[in-house]
Order: sequence, then structure tokens, then C-alpha cells
Amino acid sequence: MTTNNCYIPHEVEIVERVQETPDVYTFKIKFTDPEIAKSYTFKHGQFNMLYLYGVGEVPISIMSNDGELLVHTIRAVGRVTNAMMGLQVGDKMGLRGPFGRGWPLDEAKGKDIVFVTAGLGCAPVVSSIRYVIGKREEYGKLVIMQSVKHRHDVLWEPQYDEWRRVPNTQILLAASREKTQWPQWELGRVAVLFDKADYDKDNCVVMVCGPDAMMSGTARTLIDLNVDPKNIYLSMERNMQCAVGHCGHCQFGSQFVCKDGPVFSYPEVEELLRHRGF
Amino acid sequence: MPATHFLPRSSLSQLYDTLSNKGYRVVGPKVDLGAITYTELGSFDELPVGVQEKQAPGSYQLSHTGGVRNFSWANGHSAIKPYVYASTETLWQVSETDNGFVFKPGEPNAPLTAIIGVRACDIAALRIQDQHFLHNTYRDEYYAERREKLFLVGVNCSHCADTCFCESTGDGPEILDGYDLLLDELEEGFLIRAGSDEGTTIVNTLATTEASSLQLDEAERQIKSVAASQSTKLLHEDLHAKLLTQLDNPIWDEIAERCLSCGNCTAVCPTCFCHREVEKPELDGKSSSHYREWDSCFNQDHSYIVGEVVRENTKLRYRQWMTHKLATWVEQYDRIGCVGCGRCTTWCPAQIDFVREATRIVGPELLDDNQ
Repeated sequence: MTTNNCYIPHEVEIVERVQETPDVYTFKIKFTDPEIAKSYTFKHGQFNMLYLYGVGEVPISIMSNDGELLVHTIRAVGRVTNAMMGLQVGDKMGLRGPFGRGWPLDEAKGKDIVFVTAGLGCAPVVSSIRYVIGKREEYGKLVIMQSVKHRHDVLWEPQYDEWRRVPNTQILLAASREKTQWPQWELGRVAVLFDKADYDKDNCVVMVCGPDAMMSGTARTLIDLNVDPKNIYLSMERNMQCAVGHCGHCQFGSQFVCKDGPVFSYPEVEELLRHRGF
Repeated sequence: MPATHFLPRSSLSQLYDTLSNKGYRVVGPKVDLGAITYTELGSFDELPVGVQEKQAPGSYQLSHTGGVRNFSWANGHSAIKPYVYASTETLWQVSETDNGFVFKPGEPNAPLTAIIGVRACDIAALRIQDQHFLHNTYRDEYYAERREKLFLVGVNCSHCADTCFCESTGDGPEILDGYDLLLDELEEGFLIRAGSDEGTTIVNTLATTEASSLQLDEAERQIKSVAASQSTKLLHEDLHAKLLTQLDNPIWDEIAERCLSCGNCTAVCPTCFCHREVEKPELDGKSSSHYREWDSCFNQDHSYIVGEVVRENTKLRYRQWMTHKLATWVEQYDRIGCVGCGRCTTWCPAQIDFVREATRIVGPELLDDNQ
């Protein structure tokens, strides 16, 4: 077997651990082999396969990097992610990656940038938001729209306050099932935020992350507002087991979400998003 | 065109001996549990003799012709696929040591394998699996190792089943390339030609004579008559585009009332590649294996994502299977994912006829002439 075997994980160690909410946790991890740490690079929007010893693998989007540490924020929802929550600082895992196609941040230079996310959907775009903020002068306006069911569902609310102070940046938050309208919050789904968003519809790139129906609805709203469909990007989620386009679970029509995505331009997925079951 | 030789029937065993002496595990067709099954052979005496099969939706029946031929049937439930894309494959083993986790790739330990009696549809399907596992963004090392060790002895069909439609997919019945050796079976023996250097080396060890023009004519007539006798035809023109305009056709619901979602069709399909990954920890906790096994888009958990099953009913799963084979596959690999072997129809316990259903959906006006 060659050393280029795309199926074999590398060992990583948990350096920091944060329990964000009762079921959401963040690991900051590093490769134990310095050579691999040195050669590892990723693009914003890509994901890693994290392996829990004796239990199995899960695809987790790369939230950000903190120096040489990779940051993954994980919700305990399944067999592997529930067991993984028990890991502590100093524990080891396996990791292979990065996989997939990320967000078009280079093509978006000079344009207004709009992020639209729902639920924990924020995690796959956090690294991109930080990247844009880090190179603020290379982009136009920055609009961040996030919707959740309840205000307490939102992770890192203080982070949004921090982003609000970034020049030329607009933060819009919505809670669909909240009864109280808190300051800085709108009541309703993500669509209620579009009226308030201020960006150049003829010169923008929109990056959307959330459930299929939310992404599809968001894209149609944007198109009604005269945004070019080509400038709308979605991050798709499907069952992934191999991450290399072999196992077949993530197929969305002709696309293998793991290697052709997870980020797609809207026209690439528009047709089948109209139908259930792909 | 490589030279065509004639190998008398009585000398076919030489081919077994040569392959075996060169270190090949010899795999070929054998009657087992009422069907033609590809299995490791101890000698060519185990090949079927005078066996023919009748195939229909949900039905596979062997009968004896009284003849001497070894390959007078069309196909069985599988041929090459399990020998190159194994139904279970260990991807890695990991052990917990004082120095952390040590990951070791699984070793297919695949022996050199010669498969005799492969059909045009099987070779076409292998080419498709090569596209998927080898000539792709990522290369599958396990498949690659097994693939490199394959030696293929093709046999042109002299009979086709009622479920066969390889002629209409452009994949058969004549084998044009992709073989190491190619046989045409005649009453008195076999025409044999080499398609690779290794094939040439092996032919040269056999007691062959030059094929006569009469024999060449007979082989040609035989394969032409098989092609002409194929009455099942997959609509091919614009099938791809048409099927994707019929996603809401009520026929999908009607098929779903019969389909058991059992996955037999995907298990016998020579191009299906879906597999799941499974973890098997050792009881002592010191090591764990991570392996893959064939999966099916007819299983409920195939499309599971957090909190949701994307294809929660049989209709959506059958539609996924057919639109993938006949439509979206074209965008993935520049051809349909169906080679016309008819196995999905024969081995369907609910007697769902894949070609007929595709025709009902995209070209119902053709049904009266065709079925």
C-alpha cells in the first residue's frame, strides 16, 4: 500500500476544549507528527474526517485555525459525535483531510460579501468571515445574516458584537420562535433580514449555509432581489463516509458533495433542490 | 487484429494448467445452488456442460441442452465485481500504543486471479468501475491492488437471455477489447486470441492450430445471430435528459407499491459502487479495524443526515437508483451506468423489469412494439 492512501487518518491531539452549550463543543487540535502539521493547509469551507478510536469517523467542517491549531466545533447529534464529546485535553483522535471545495473567497475580492446562515450553520462560514475581516480593505461591504429558532441557540453572541465594530460591516440576527424582541434582534426567519441588508446586488457574492429548504428559499429571495444566481453559493450537507467520492452516499444528482462540493454555486444544484429526495 | 488460433475442446484443460502453473487462482462459472456462480475452480471439469438458462423478471431457471458446450448460457448473478471491488475490505487497522495510535492500511492480499468466462457486459462494467475507483480525483488503493492482479478470459456469448439488452447499451454481445484472452466457443472447441502480452505468452503454451476460415465464419455468424436475437432494448436516445424531466411522474409511485426496497438489484449490478464504512473494535480495547462493505441506495440509512433521511420512502429510493443509472451517471462518467446485463430484472423478487419501467416513464408510446 502506498503512503498516498486517501483512507488513512493521521493522529491528532486535543490541545484545548470548550463546552459551548450542553451539546456543542469545540476542539482545538494539532497533528502529533510535526511534518504533517507543516504540510497541512486548508481552504475556508472545506471539511475534515475526524476519527474517534474504536467508534468511527464523522465529517466536520473546519471552523478556523488558531496558529497551528485546527478548530472544530461539533454538535453531539449522532453515535460518533456523542461519544466524541467525552474526549478531554490531551486525548488523541484521527484526522484525514482537508476535503472538498471551499468558498470562492478569491473570486469575491473587490465585491460586497453577504453571509446567510441558519442554526449551527454558522460554523462552516466562521473561518471565511474571519478571513474577510482580516483582509477587510480587499472586499466591499460585509453583511452577516444569521437566523436561529431561539436567541439562546446562537453560539458566540459576543462575537457578533465584536464583528459589529468592524468597519463597513452589518450584523443582522433573527429568531424565529422567540416571543421577546431583544435589542439587535428581529423576529422571524432569515427572510425578514433581507429588507435591512445593505449591499450592492449587482456586485456581491452571497454565501449561504443551512438546511436545504432554507438555502433554496434564500436563493430564490436573492434572485427576486436581482442578485445574479451565479453569485450565490450554498454549502450542501449529505451523508458522507469516505470523503473521497467513492462510497456514493453523498451523491446529489451527478454531484459528489464530498469532492465536487460541499460548496456549490446555486445554478449547479438549483434544479434538483426543487425536488425532495436527492 | 491479433492472430486467432483454434483450441480443441479436449485441450481446454491446458489453459487451466498453464494459468495455475503461472500462479493464478482460477475463477470461473460453475453450477451452484441452481445458478451459474463464479467461484474458484479446481479444474475445468467443474465448468457447466450443456447448461442453458432461462431468465425473466424475478426468475432464473437452468436447463440441460444435452450439448457439450461450457458457455451456452448468458450470465449468472455476478462475475468480476466481487473479485476486484470486494464486498468487504479492511481499510485500516489502528492500535493504541505507548507512542499513540498506529494506523496500518488494510492488506487486500489479493492473489493473482484469472477469471474465465467473462462477458462483454462484465468487461464494460469493469471499465466503469475503473473510472470510479482508479481514474478519479482519488485513487482507491485496495481496488487498484486487486485490479492489477486480474487476468481476464472473455467468452463471446453464443446465447442471450430474454433479460439481456447489452446490444442497445452498446456494450455487447461481442467483446471488442479489455480482455487478456478471448474465446469463441464452437461445437468442436474454441477460437482463442490474445489481447495482452501476458495473453500472448499463455496462448503460446497451448496446443493450438490455426483457425480455419470456416471456423472464423462460424464464430462471426454466431455472435451476429446473438446480437440479432436480443429483443429487449433500452431506449437510449435522450434517455438522460428525458428521465430528469419525469421526476414527478406517477409511475414512480406505482413502482414503489411493488418494490420491496430489498437492494437485490444493487447487489447484483456490476457497476454499483456504494459502500458503508464500519468500525470493529477488538474486545480487549487495544486495537480496532475500520472496514467497508457494500451498501445500497435502497437502505434507509443510505441517505441519513442529522435528524433526517433524505430518501425516506421507496419511491424516492427507486427514483434515485434509476435516475442515477440512466441519467446522472452520464454527467459523472460520460456514459450511462448500465451495461445491459439484465441482472437487476432477473434477481428482483418483485419482478420489476428495469427496461420496461424506464420505457414506461420516458417513452410509453413504444411499449406496444417493444414489450
